[in-house]
Amino acid sequence: MNIVVLLKQVPDTETQIQIASDGLSIKTEDIKWVVNPYDEFAVEEALQIKEKLGGTVTILTMGPKRAVESIRTALAMGADRGVLIDDPATEGSDALGTAKVLAAALKGMEYDLIIAGQRAVDDDGYQVPASVAELLDIPHVPFVIKEEITDGKIRCDCTIEGGVLTMETSLPALFTTQKGINEPRYASLPGIMKAKKKPLDTKTISELGIDPSEVGTAGAKAKVVSMKLPPERKPGKIIEADSAAAAAAELVKLLRNEAKVI
Amino acid sequence: MAEGVFAVAEQRDGKFRKISFETVSEGRRLADALGEDLTAVILGQGIEGIAPELGKYGADRILVADDPALADYSSEGYTKVLADLIGEKEPKIVLIGATAIGKDLSARLAARLGVGLAMDCTELKIENGKLVATRPIYAGKIYIEVELEGTPQIASNRSNVMEITEVQKDGVIEKVSVDAGQIRTVVVDKRIDTSGRVELTEADVVVSGGRGMGGPDFSVLEELADLLGGAVGASRAAVDAGYRPQSDQVGQTGKVVSPNLYIACGISGAIQHLAGMSSSKYIVAINKDPEAPIFSKADYGIVGDLFEVVPAITAEIKKLKA
Ligand SMILES: Cc1cc2nc3c(=O)[nH]c(=O)nc-3n(C[C@H](O)[C@H](O)[C@H](O)COP(=O)(O)OP(=O)(O)OC[C@H]3O[C@@H](n4cnc5c(N)ncnc54)[C@H](O)[C@@H]3O)c2cc1C
Ligand SMILES: Nc1ncnc2c1ncn2[C@@H]1O[C@H](COP(=O)(O)O)[C@@H](O)[C@H]1O
Repeated sequence: MNIVVLLKQVPDTETQIQIASDGLSIKTEDIKWVVNPYDEFAVEEALQIKEKLGGTVTILTMGPKRAVESIRTALAMGADRGVLIDDPATEGSDALGTAKVLAAALKGMEYDLIIAGQRAVDDDGYQVPASVAELLDIPHVPFVIKEEITDGKIRCDCTIEGGVLTMETSLPALFTTQKGINEPRYASLPGIMKAKKKPLDTKTISELGIDPSEVGTAGAKAKVVSMKLPPERKPGKIIEADSAAAAAAELVKLLRNEAKVI
Repeated sequence: MAEGVFAVAEQRDGKFRKISFETVSEGRRLADALGEDLTAVILGQGIEGIAPELGKYGADRILVADDPALADYSSEGYTKVLADLIGEKEPKIVLIGATAIGKDLSARLAARLGVGLAMDCTELKIENGKLVATRPIYAGKIYIEVELEGTPQIASNRSNVMEITEVQKDGVIEKVSVDAGQIRTVVVDKRIDTSGRVELTEADVVVSGGRGMGGPDFSVLEELADLLGGAVGASRAAVDAGYRPQSDQVGQTGKVVSPNLYIACGISGAIQHLAGMSSSKYIVAINKDPEAPIFSKADYGIVGDLFEVVPAITAEIKKLKA
């Protein structure tokens, strides 16, 4: 089973995000960069499949040079090799632009299965994996909490609101991970040492045969025209009362008369 | 020339999801801003009977794609049928509810058509005849406005955000011919919650419990949620401790909810939890630690033991309802 994991490097979820002076991007100084949490699930699932069925696990990332660190993290967890598409022309790509680059890279690789995160926690896009599957003309299943591969087929439990759909599809296929699928392992010290020697190729988009005008800010079909902070919540009211019953009575009054939500 | 708005409604087992009415209502507003027609679209099997309901929310026309191949959701089948309809009718804008299925469908559809998509939007408006979409990124720490290129412009609307408005329109029903193409993904089993409880992302009231619950007994929260017709949620700490199923988790690695009222009980208010509920209209925090960060995000806070405070709230509301 040749598995490719789509992995994105994102700001740590604790990061205070600040808007840069251009008003259209964020300040990237002082950010701690990590593997997108959903992609950690993807790496773990790929490793578990490899442990069961054999094969290889390749990490594919589009991003700047610093993303090498996140690929190394995945290699230290046990993945076999990494590919980084690092090209200034991809900066500002929208989901479709990103998917074009990833799909072009995948076309030059051997894969039976592609695993991605359900969303990247920076752009909260929920969009790249389905787009990659579409561009490769392979089936995909989103929000997966369990999978099983037998006889060239994969069966996935896909979570929807208030339920689970079990879907079966043929390989090659793509699926995206949902929390609950596994507990990602930590990289061990020997793993970290070994990762340093594992192959990690860097490519540009011209090596993938992509025209720069199709990607990056230039090629984006979804263009960010402004960025703002969320509406400030006005400071709340702490209800002071002598007893739980009195506090509850006051709260219910406020919810009914002031907030009008009950 | 492309004209009009498509609002794709989602149904399950012959019943519309609540978000469908939000999508159609929002579609009506956009169509009015353009001075054009609103077409609602439904896909499934045996669904013709429910179609007229969408006229109530302002659909001028309702396209019904009714076919055994569409009985269960598949990205491929639904994308193909919707792409065909868009090719034939040429709408300017396509709006889809951002449920699990809607997110999946809109992403594959946009890639098939090679057009821009704005996912999980909280506000939509028309400027110079074009759609401008607002969507939260970085878990709601930043909001962006997005302009879309290509025709149609596709957006998905976040659950529980767009107002449902009744405006009766003709709702002319048109059955369309369906060719779902080759479908490689089949649903072999379904496990759907039949408890009748409202689903977390659709609920107007969410009562959530955290590590402060101290165990899996959430009955004090369930009683309050039931009384208010709401749903019960949980923090990651509560889920990871096995108090609640994963499907109840609210936050960065759980669900994003926007109820009218969110009551956080025994939840400290970590940034990853806030990521899932900060767009709630009103937030109430109940925590015994006056320094808990959740209080800085709450509209109303009570410092106290949730096992005393929550039952007292329930009793108070019961009194009110009696
Ligand atoms: C990548 C990543 C993703 C994450 N995703 C999520 C996510 O999706 N959702 C999420 O919730 N968290 C998430 N977290 C975890 C998050 O950082 C916090 O650890 C978690 O939210 C804490 O849950 P809690 O508030 O229930 O527990 P705690 O922080 O332990 O807080 C418990 C609170 O209960 C109060 N308390 C105790 N007993 C009582 C009582 N009897 N009455 C009243 N109050 C009481 C305490 O004062 C305390 O404030 C994520 C973390 C990471 C790193
Ligand atoms: N630049 C990227 N490089 C590699 N994988 C990506 C990239 N962007 C998105 N992905 C994959 O697509 C998933 C969803 O991303 P998004 O659609 O941006 O929310 C992520 O969890 C990754 O698996």
